[in-house]
Amino acid sequence: MTLLDASDLRRVYGDSCGDCVELTGDAAGTNQCPECGAVVACADVSLDVEPGEVLGIVGESGSGKSSVAELLALERATDGQASGDVRLDGHDGNLLDADYETRHRLRNGAVGLVHQHVRDGLNLEFTGGGNVAEKLLAAGWRNFGDVRDRVRDLFEETEVPVERMDDPTETYSGGMQRRVQIARALATDPDVVILDEPTTGLDVSVQARVLDMFRRIQREEDVAAVVVSHDLGVVRLLADRTLVMRHGRVVETGLTDRVMEDPHHEYTQTLINSVI
Amino acid sequence: MTDAGADAADGTEPAAAAESGTQISATSVADAVDDLSGEGLSGYNYAYLDEHTKREVRRAILKGIAIPGHQVPFASRPMPLARGWGTGGIQASLSLLGPDDAFKVIDQGSDESVNAANVRRLAETTAEVETTTDTTEADVIQTRHRIPEEVLDEDQILVLQVPITDALRKVDSSDAANRRRHAHANYGKMWVHLYENVVEWGEIQIAARYPAMVAGRYLMDPSPIPRWDLPKLDDADNLFVFAAGREARIYAVPPHTDVEPLAFEDKSFQVERFPDQSCHSCGSTDTYLTEIETEEGTESDGGDRLYVCNDTSFCLKRQDDPGLAKDHHLDREGVDWGPGTPGGPAGADRDELAEGDGGDDA
Amino acid sequence: MTDVLTVEGLTKTFDMHALGDKQVVGLDDVSFTVRRGEFLAIVGESGSGKSSLLKCLYRTYEPTAGSTVYHPADADLATCDDRTVMAIRDSTLGYASQFLDEIPRVPAIDVVARPLMERGTPAAQARDRARELLDALGLPEELWEAYPATFSGGERQRVNLAQALAPEPELLLLDEPTSALDPETRTAAIELLSESTDAETTVVGVFHDRDVVERVADRVAVLDGGELQRVVPVAEFAAEEEEEVVA
Repeated sequence: MTLLDASDLRRVYGDSCGDCVELTGDAAGTNQCPECGAVVACADVSLDVEPGEVLGIVGESGSGKSSVAELLALERATDGQASGDVRLDGHDGNLLDADYETRHRLRNGAVGLVHQHVRDGLNLEFTGGGNVAEKLLAAGWRNFGDVRDRVRDLFEETEVPVERMDDPTETYSGGMQRRVQIARALATDPDVVILDEPTTGLDVSVQARVLDMFRRIQREEDVAAVVVSHDLGVVRLLADRTLVMRHGRVVETGLTDRVMEDPHHEYTQTLINSVI
Repeated sequence: MTDAGADAADGTEPAAAAESGTQISATSVADAVDDLSGEGLSGYNYAYLDEHTKREVRRAILKGIAIPGHQVPFASRPMPLARGWGTGGIQASLSLLGPDDAFKVIDQGSDESVNAANVRRLAETTAEVETTTDTTEADVIQTRHRIPEEVLDEDQILVLQVPITDALRKVDSSDAANRRRHAHANYGKMWVHLYENVVEWGEIQIAARYPAMVAGRYLMDPSPIPRWDLPKLDDADNLFVFAAGREARIYAVPPHTDVEPLAFEDKSFQVERFPDQSCHSCGSTDTYLTEIETEEGTESDGGDRLYVCNDTSFCLKRQDDPGLAKDHHLDREGVDWGPGTPGGPAGADRDELAEGDGGDDA
Repeated sequence: MTDVLTVEGLTKTFDMHALGDKQVVGLDDVSFTVRRGEFLAIVGESGSGKSSLLKCLYRTYEPTAGSTVYHPADADLATCDDRTVMAIRDSTLGYASQFLDEIPRVPAIDVVARPLMERGTPAAQARDRARELLDALGLPEELWEAYPATFSGGERQRVNLAQALAPEPELLLLDEPTSALDPETRTAAIELLSESTDAETTVVGVFHDRDVVERVADRVAVLDGGELQRVVPVAEFAAEEEEEVVA
């Protein structure tokens, strides 16, 4: 059974001449159209995720992986033209075409997103607990005691000190803020969580603990995840299967250990070999 | 009410005078003032505002009625009173009033405040309306911060002066972002505000401007009325018009519209409590009370607080007739009109209210 | 005796794009079978393809040609889709490399218990089993609650081996799991492995040390230059050695 099924994901920035997708990509060695200058952030990206599975997406900056993450997370496109097909088990139709209310409801329910930048994901003036509660309240929870209990459980689960839950989020350390984001993403028991660069801005030792925490919860809750990172180590630790992206295209896909130890594509080989 | 206004629009009222204008040929300011003296208000259109403005305000009100709780922009005009002193309310009132109407103005429950008196006088002189302090006599009531204790009926309009139109501004200063939230009925942030309020105080502690959902769709700032008055908005017989001059927004709660204060299942909305207190003047225990300073209050009984009814006109009636019900003027009994009336908000305060419920005696 | 694994014509070549698309042969037409409950040792010089063979069996390397039929799941590990491989790995196929692929800040006992917990064993029970294994492999008790990152090579290898044995896989692939162990621990490890094979776990293991091979293996596969030279019973392998010594 497929939980999340995406096909032909495409996002183009700028006025496209119509041939941009043919003129860009891995073979062309660029994601910018030589004819019209439009940037093909991603194109021809298809992927699927099964329940409980973790899919990794690796690539350097500009490879298009964050565009894919945004489309999968049903985020509103702020600019650029997006197309493609995203389907989620139990929900009708192409969710990229769904109206705002439907996508909003899904983002507060079946799909969780951990933003790359804390400010996009959290309201720093709210308390840490308030940030997690927002997800529950937006999903229609109306019993204060239930909300409180759930927030407390999530803090324990994500290893944020419970005694800090009523402090403003801006007083939290970077690692704690990331944990609160993960707690928030998991609050409504989503079917799938999208993590965009989950370790950005964290100290190495903190990175390891956050990833380990997520790995533990992911397995315990059996929640599916898509992990987007430029860091091979992150993907190696979390992902069952991995997509490698370059110039807005998927150049290689396979079991994570296979991609890491037996990379086929020239770019993947370079990527693996350049790890310190 | 609007009939007279419509007549005016047809040009049968002093509107014609306004169009001709007043020629001033004086050579000095003193001469100009002399020239004007005697003209009085005849230089102005009926009800002060020109007909286009009134029509626009009425259109905004109609749109507000059509979309209960939604903030409708309108071209707020400069008025002969400072913004923040009820310029929105007076524009709405003057657009609604006709010469056969009786107009009442209350400011924080009192008909006698300077501002209320001035607004009343402006309507009296420009719209030629009767004015009254009796809630039950009025066709249009303009109010600041209160809804009267006496039940309003289907022939009445309550115009509320609004300083801040958007309940969401409390949680986000960006009006653009808040408009998107209203469009999508996305009120998660306000709920977090409530959640954090309970975390901090153990219960919801919002004194006034308590946010309420209108017809299950739009979150509304009910203007700075006390929580006591909020239940009166729910399923009322009368029309409520909210007008903000400074922010140039009008919104409305039409008759028989659901208005539900935001609250948790286990942390309910509660009106103000006045345990063991009664009005010092009329003895009421079922009205919204205001604490006052006593004249000889610094003596031995200095610890005692004195309370009086905030709604002065109803208090005067109760002084004559202590058992007067809030729906005394209606041909039915037991009308739900907030705290102290049948069907008023239940909760922790219900028992306290029931103890001396004067309304039930009548 | 039923077969667990049937390998036929297994071939692996690597395209090294950075070296001007040079092709490197890892395995060349390797065929053999593994029987249920047996311990098959793979021996050969460095670079003979021993690790490549194990990785092809586990699908860490994608074989270029050939088939690897894993009978318990009735699947060809060389060609089946990624999700089938994942399901088999999660249920009955185990793998332990030479090095502990450690997770930061997880105590040794939980590293060992985790695969069990992921398969649904209650935490307390999984930890009991972990203690049992760590004890049998002679890891000092004071290290059980410590992080393996601080351990010596030998200590880490014990944790690694315990982790691989904990879920009692049907087929366990071992890549030099005893290379860093001192003789005493190695003996303990070998005993544990022998016990495991008695308990119907089939083992295919790469071993560097002939002594270990002779003590644990039932049969021995000899690789040279990516080609399988022969698969012989361990007694025959031991005899060859003596001949070589005599010669």
